Amino acid sequence: MGLAQKIFAHDTRAASRLLSWIEDGDSRASGELREIFPRTGAAYLLGITGAPGAGKSTLTDLLISLYRSRGLIVGVLAVDPSSPFTGGAVLGDRVRMQRHATDAGVFIRSMASRSWPGGLSRAATEAVRVLEAWGCGLVIIETVGVGQNEVEVSRLACTTVLVCAPGAGDRVQAIKAGVTEIADVIALNKADLADVEHAASALEMTLALHPRGEWRPPLVRTIARDGMGVEELAGAIDAHRRFIEGNGTLAEKKREGLKDHLKEIIRRKLHERISGRLPSDGELRSRVAEIQQGLADPYTVAEEIAAKEIMP
Amino acid sequence: MSRTIRVLIAKPGLDGHDRGAIVVAHALREAGMEVIYTGIRQTPEQIAHAAVQEDVRAVGLSCLSGAHAKLFPKVVALLREKGGDDILIFGGGIIPEEDIPALKKAGIAEIFGPGTRTSAIVEFIQKSVC
Repeated sequence: MGLAQKIFAHDTRAASRLLSWIEDGDSRASGELREIFPRTGAAYLLGITGAPGAGKSTLTDLLISLYRSRGLIVGVLAVDPSSPFTGGAVLGDRVRMQRHATDAGVFIRSMASRSWPGGLSRAATEAVRVLEAWGCGLVIIETVGVGQNEVEVSRLACTTVLVCAPGAGDRVQAIKAGVTEIADVIALNKADLADVEHAASALEMTLALHPRGEWRPPLVRTIARDGMGVEELAGAIDAHRRFIEGNGTLAEKKREGLKDHLKEIIRRKLHERISGRLPSDGELRSRVAEIQQGLADPYTVAEEIAAKEIMP
Repeated sequence: MSRTIRVLIAKPGLDGHDRGAIVVAHALREAGMEVIYTGIRQTPEQIAHAAVQEDVRAVGLSCLSGAHAKLFPKVVALLREKGGDDILIFGGGIIPEEDIPALKKAGIAEIFGPGTRTSAIVEFIQKSVC
């Protein structure tokens, strides 16, 4: 029996192996993905993003409990950064979620970003499908700790929660473009800290200045360490879900997501086809020498190589 | 295509001394591995479940409470039960010399005591899982 059939039978080891194949770019993954595809696409995808240390994992842990109490099978993809120097990573998000480790209705997978930009991992989109095929009705996607520009999660998730904490800068920070624009719900965590009012007013001002259609992202105060505010946070997520289900945004989002994914698969196929035909490092170095001596320019050289070796 | 080595570093038992585990996690990261760290005070059940969901090639157990003789073999047994019998398991912490043969017999591949060079652990994993 292949992995796909086992995954349909809720086999954890089969699902975890397919997740590894996807991450490693193993050629065996595509057949299994093709087989699971018809049983995917139905889960609600919840993105959790925010700066390092804002409380993403602790809030995720609380949301797992809440959705489990509603009877949902819950998947979690927790992404942490890879080292740009060694490729290694320490994936520590599980520390906050380990009380769910033995729950058969929860699948938590730590993922390294493996140099993929945008706060997720290249494997995230397909990893979600594996968790759906395993039975998850809800998948939480926790991004790496983000700065200002990592917005990819909002393309994948149905609802994106931005987790903020007090002390993260003044009102000018709050009106910059980027992550504050992708929030459907804002969780202002560590709401027991002294300058919470300051942070709240800066965020409120941003929300007032940036009307995005009819949905105004609610600001929910949480104290994740003490479990405070999680019901309210889930309520805000529910409200956003009803809103996007009601006005067709969710269907449109799923369509766009599938289009992005199709494009990515095509790009990967093309890359597989040409990667064996790229010039060796040695060849490239000799061409670089020509360029440095002023005998050629990089645009002409690239065009020559592409015309001769890659797409003859 | 290369398969990235994923390793779970876990602390079974009730001691809170995680410095050794964190030093090892960091060393493995520097060697290009992906290290899943689950924190202190983990039950063997939590460790085995995490190892299977994370599809790791190796599990490193650190224990300084003296309960290794019970806890380490329990992790081995649970992993075998869950179909993870191909996962390499090694240990460290405060483990008396005389306990090591029994642990190895129970399926712990190697024990790394205080004073071990981290490069020895890296080499051991690279050699064992490839």
